[in-house]
Amino acid sequence: MRREPPQTLGDYAPLLFPAAMLTIFFVVPFGTMIAVSFFQRQQGGFYTPAFVFDNYARFLSAFFGGVLGFSLLLAITVAICCVVLALPFTYMLTRMGRKVQVLWLVALLSILSLSEVIIGFAWSTLFSRTAGITNILVALGVMSEAKALTPSFGAVLTGMVYQAFPYTVLVLFPALVRLDPTLTEAARTLGASPLKAFFTVVVPALRNTITATLIMVFIFALGSYLLPQLLGRPQHWTLSVLITDQAIYQSNMPFAAAMAVFLVLVTLGLVALTVIAGRKGEAA
Amino acid sequence: MITTSIKRRTLLGAGLAGASMLAMPSVLRAQDKSLKVGVYGGYFKTSFDKNIFPEFTKATGIAVESIAEPTGEAWLVQLEQAARAGQAPADVSMMSQVAMLKGQSTELWTPIDMAKIKNGSNLIDRFINKYPDGRVAGIGAVSWYITLVTNTDVFKEAPTSWAAFWDPANADKLGLLALVSNSFLLEVTAKTYFGGTNALDTEEGILKVFEKLAEVKPNVRLWYRDEAQFEQSLKSGEIPMGQYYHDVTGLAAADGNPVRSTFPKEGGIQDSGCWALSRASQKSEEAHIFIDYMCQPSIQATLSRKVGTSPTVRREVTDLTDKEFAAVSSDIEPIVPRYDLYQSKSDWLNQKWTELIVG
Repeated sequence: MRREPPQTLGDYAPLLFPAAMLTIFFVVPFGTMIAVSFFQRQQGGFYTPAFVFDNYARFLSAFFGGVLGFSLLLAITVAICCVVLALPFTYMLTRMGRKVQVLWLVALLSILSLSEVIIGFAWSTLFSRTAGITNILVALGVMSEAKALTPSFGAVLTGMVYQAFPYTVLVLFPALVRLDPTLTEAARTLGASPLKAFFTVVVPALRNTITATLIMVFIFALGSYLLPQLLGRPQHWTLSVLITDQAIYQSNMPFAAAMAVFLVLVTLGLVALTVIAGRKGEAA
Repeated sequence: MITTSIKRRTLLGAGLAGASMLAMPSVLRAQDKSLKVGVYGGYFKTSFDKNIFPEFTKATGIAVESIAEPTGEAWLVQLEQAARAGQAPADVSMMSQVAMLKGQSTELWTPIDMAKIKNGSNLIDRFINKYPDGRVAGIGAVSWYITLVTNTDVFKEAPTSWAAFWDPANADKLGLLALVSNSFLLEVTAKTYFGGTNALDTEEGILKVFEKLAEVKPNVRLWYRDEAQFEQSLKSGEIPMGQYYHDVTGLAAADGNPVRSTFPKEGGIQDSGCWALSRASQKSEEAHIFIDYMCQPSIQATLSRKVGTSPTVRREVTDLTDKEFAAVSSDIEPIVPRYDLYQSKSDWLNQKWTELIVG
């Protein structure tokens, strides 16, 4: 297949529809949000158009810095956990027969069809004292007394990893399927153990894919809003939870918008840093 | 095509009717009496449509068109913007106390003439919402309680005071509402430990109350926004104590769940909604008749029996039995929220509150 650059205006036509959609449903709302973030908040009312930095100034405090830091840390932890779990899993999956692969992928896809609410309530039941998994451990004699595992950081992390895991596998799968099997075979003939071959050949060969997956899961996890509320304590609430509080319950749109803009900027900055670091590593 | 032409024709007809109404107000009064009433959508609207409005039309000849209004402040914003354009999406609306105060600041509410509200003498004083200069902005429509609730399997004895929240024995057992403006825990703390909600008059006072409230944190397992989340945990005993709505808890207990609602000796938290008349409404006459009708003891009793709300009129004037009254209310003096604070200091309170529970 040969790819030719588009020659005439007509060649660009297929792009028009997605471009229009992107403008209407992403660029315009995002622009509105940026505009609102500079508006003047009317306490005991709504807001008035203006150009003030109050909303950003309020955000720049140790308190919100802490919440932002926690949100980023949580998202990074989820991304790392997902990739560490999904990489060996997907690698083994690609080595299995077609039927087994299809079965696994269908199971994973069905998790994607569950809403965040269902996942959250299901895990909060599984982690509860009255009906949770600790009751099984008590029945087996491992534990002496059933106890609640939620709310805790572990519960939030488990829920979020569970939710992001299928995405991670689906992103890694194509790259791992395309991976040339002769690479590992060569490593094996040269005397490497399967484990060593995986870490010294497969992982480095997939470095770019792994970075891209980490970034994708990170961004996915950063927007999480419901699971930290259902499974965590208030100190585990992400910035998204506070943004919702301001927008819906305090009707303070300007402040909510300012927080959202800040979150987007920090995220973009982190992603850019990762990409730059990756390029440098490649050049060296 | 057909639908648009019909629409246009209806519109023309409506316009004509509107013009004639303006031209002949006396004819209007004689022929067509109607009133648009805004009530919270869902359970409230259904109950009012079924139990209250048909009887009102039968008694007064005024037809009621009920409008489902969203809770929170969205409806206030819509009424305000419509009033600026001279429109009233509803003549009379049920409004929360904070929304009443915000509406007062823009003179959104037509003052109510108490001379026309014959049944007004039945009302409990705090349910008459007044402008700072004494004009009446709204009249209590319904009220409800947030009380101390417990799981009866875990707590064999009912607690008697809000102080139970502070008891170290209840570590990690509480479910509390997550927002400063709907949990009213500042008022509860002030009444329980500082002699009353007057302790919240100054910022120093509020900070002291916050400090005391912070001691509750280790006991709280769940700060909930979603009622279903807490109700389920309360029933199962997973989270055996907390604050919740008296009426819903009563219904759950009646269904056989091991839960109970207690009015602590400091009083339950009483929240309420007001009837208020938009300044853009042309139906002042009908609105006064409606509000007067709703203040009748018998109607308030019907609301208690059918909708589960607490009466806004004095108990003696109603025919509620002890059992019926206990199902919706209590004789213990309630804790009345300091709504003024949520208007004048809302951002400051919200910031301090978030720092308290998240920090």
